[in-house]
Amino acid sequence: MNLGGQGAKSMAGDGVSDLFPVGLRVLVVDDDPTCLMILEKMLQNCLYEVTKCNRAEIALSILRENKNGFDVVISDVHMPDMDGFKLLEHIGLEMDLPVIMMSADDSKDVVMKGVTHGACDYLIKPVRIEALRNIWQHVVRKRKNEWKDVEQSGSIEDGERQQKQLEDAEFSSSGNEGNWRSSKRRKDEDDQGEDRDDTSSLKKPRVVWSVELHQQFVAAVNQLGIDKAVPKKILELMNVPGLTRENVASHLQLFPNVPYRGTHNYSHFVQKYRLYLRRLSGVSQHQSGLNNSFMGPSDPTFGSISSLNGLDLQALAATGQLPAQSLAMLQAASLGRSPNKSGISMPFMDQRNLFSFENPKLRSREGQQPQMSNNSTSKQVNLLHGIPTNMNMQPNPHGSQSSSLMNMQMSQPQSRPVIFNDTGANQISRLPSSIAQPNLSNGMPSGVVLARDGSNSVSQASTMVDFSVHPNTDFQGNSFPLPTNNSRVSIITSKGLLQEDGINSDMKGSRGFPPSYDIFGDLQQHKTQDWELQNVGLTFDASSHSKTQGSINVPPSVLVNHGFSSSQNNVQNRSTSVGKVMFSVGEQSGHGNVQSMGQQLDSVLDCNSLRVKAENLPEASGQNMLFHGQFSQEDLMSALLKQQEGLGVASNDYFFDGFPLDNLPV
Amino acid sequence: MEMCQMRVQAFEYKQSLFREGTLDAQFTQLQQLQDESNPDFVAEVVSLFFEDSEKILNDLTRALEQKCIDFKKIDANVHQLKGSSSSVGAQKVKNACITFRNCCEEQNIEGCFTCLQLVKQEYLLVKNKLETLLRMEQQILAAGGAVPMIE
Repeated sequence: MNLGGQGAKSMAGDGVSDLFPVGLRVLVVDDDPTCLMILEKMLQNCLYEVTKCNRAEIALSILRENKNGFDVVISDVHMPDMDGFKLLEHIGLEMDLPVIMMSADDSKDVVMKGVTHGACDYLIKPVRIEALRNIWQHVVRKRKNEWKDVEQSGSIEDGERQQKQLEDAEFSSSGNEGNWRSSKRRKDEDDQGEDRDDTSSLKKPRVVWSVELHQQFVAAVNQLGIDKAVPKKILELMNVPGLTRENVASHLQLFPNVPYRGTHNYSHFVQKYRLYLRRLSGVSQHQSGLNNSFMGPSDPTFGSISSLNGLDLQALAATGQLPAQSLAMLQAASLGRSPNKSGISMPFMDQRNLFSFENPKLRSREGQQPQMSNNSTSKQVNLLHGIPTNMNMQPNPHGSQSSSLMNMQMSQPQSRPVIFNDTGANQISRLPSSIAQPNLSNGMPSGVVLARDGSNSVSQASTMVDFSVHPNTDFQGNSFPLPTNNSRVSIITSKGLLQEDGINSDMKGSRGFPPSYDIFGDLQQHKTQDWELQNVGLTFDASSHSKTQGSINVPPSVLVNHGFSSSQNNVQNRSTSVGKVMFSVGEQSGHGNVQSMGQQLDSVLDCNSLRVKAENLPEASGQNMLFHGQFSQEDLMSALLKQQEGLGVASNDYFFDGFPLDNLPV
Repeated sequence: MEMCQMRVQAFEYKQSLFREGTLDAQFTQLQQLQDESNPDFVAEVVSLFFEDSEKILNDLTRALEQKCIDFKKIDANVHQLKGSSSSVGAQKVKNACITFRNCCEEQNIEGCFTCLQLVKQEYLLVKNKLETLLRMEQQILAAGGAVPMIE
């Protein structure tokens, strides 16, 4: 049907055209030609714009080629080339579109599987036209959630920009303050020449912090000792060609010396982290003279948080227990959530300052350290408290991470302390290592905190967090059982975040999916590195995940949800880093959505042509990269970030190093 | 044949198909989807259904002839047939498929054979009847009349 008359459309409050749902762009996937034809006709009768497809692979490539070309996907469960649930996950991760499952099978467990994989709805065949008339509600719902995220993140961006500028200065000054504790736990097995995933292809030069790279980093830090772990020296020690001091510096930001042993309760971690960041920002601002962003919107909590959190984090980080993962997690958390509407604009950089290296500062600030140390489990590090899913991050070039972190802190008043693992870290005396711990004990191998920048680009942080999956995945509550990977990072799925108070709202909204997803099931096949899979694992169902050691149920939506629809990133680039695709989202998602809404009708023609082509192409694009294998950390990160933020995902920007979350106290 | 007569005949025939359970409400949905922009919609869908079903039935026959029976595969096929038959409203075929799936679950070879026969039988019946009905309705349409719908 022709939607050419869309000129008439106007944007209502929620950005929906007046003609909505007329012209809703539906992609229907079913290997049964009879059903496909019937569905097509029914949808056309509903005045939707239908594209039909009888192969999941083709559907994916259509979607990848045309990221903003569809509003909703309807897919059969049983298909020969790909399981419908897998497709569901892929879509959730990459494109963040609402997906409706359907099947002739109405058994409860299949329906449940749909729910757990994040389907917006489940239709039983034979599908009646009445059931199809209402599918637009899922689109609206999802959009609403995304917009909400965008709004929240918007305010942070400015501050972040500022922060970014100060970043270098910060680093140099804070370099000596780093409280990196060597972590005996983390083995430094990486070879020096570890290749990084593609960074060059990223828009901004970003380092993809693979697990190996991160390990090198950690080793260097440990070797130097917290106090001396300045980016420059770390860089020298790591001796990775192509790595810049700046890369290291930003990566360093992620680890505020919080020993993190893997938290299961990612959300807690994130919340704590945020709080910590906030405090740090308060501290750091004082010390470093940063005025920006982190504190951004004059969040009162900063001051309070910084002392405590900063210490905690630092201590924890120092012990090396808080690997990148935790940082990532924190960041993710912070990114994901906009702590307060005021928007913490702290760029990632700031966060860094806040955390890690400010031991001396923090110490001086507060006597909280001693308290912290005593309290291993108490809320010491409220780093992630209330990690917002959306970070109100302003378009911070630097990296949403920082801002997200800030946000995290800021927004949440929650008192759940993030407990980083502080097993035995005496440094922790400053900070209870609790941060990392408890929460994740459930089995989140490592939470990757993907902070989603409200502005959607997680991308700001160029370093990827390596996700290593921890063996203990059990996450409680929100936790997703992640496959544990002895090596590394467990990604804290946003799920954890979701459950956080602050975060939940955002995340949930945006996601609309239940927590467990099998996001990267396919990736596993390709992964070259353990971590890839692991990370991916966040979203896996244990069973489906081949690699999974544990079962990670990360809702794919979490990861990717948000920004995909608008994200332009596109799979296209990826040969090496899949992540990219996912994450551009961050940036665009928020805004993109609005645009895309408006453009839906406009794109009818595009869809039409696409449709025609799509049907003829067996594998339309080669873009299946995401799923086939190369999930780079970026992808994962972005996915996670996306999830967290509930916004578009800024994939490339945010890189998380995986770190085990199992120590995060719940 | 006179238009009125044709229409009555078609109507009654259709009604009998519903009454005996050969067709169900889903078929009415299909017919309601048909409109001027797509006047042959029902016929197209039905012929697609026939093609697809025959293919599946052949696959099923072959699968049951194997030395080593792959119940999973059979179940998947039956599931699909169940889906398509339910989508066109071929109720008896659908029911036969449900029974067939139960046999698959139990890995009851004998039962599967029997079920396959049953499904084939029902399929042939519905095929025959649908072809008859559609032919009648086509004649009505060709003669300028409107197809009587059963509410």
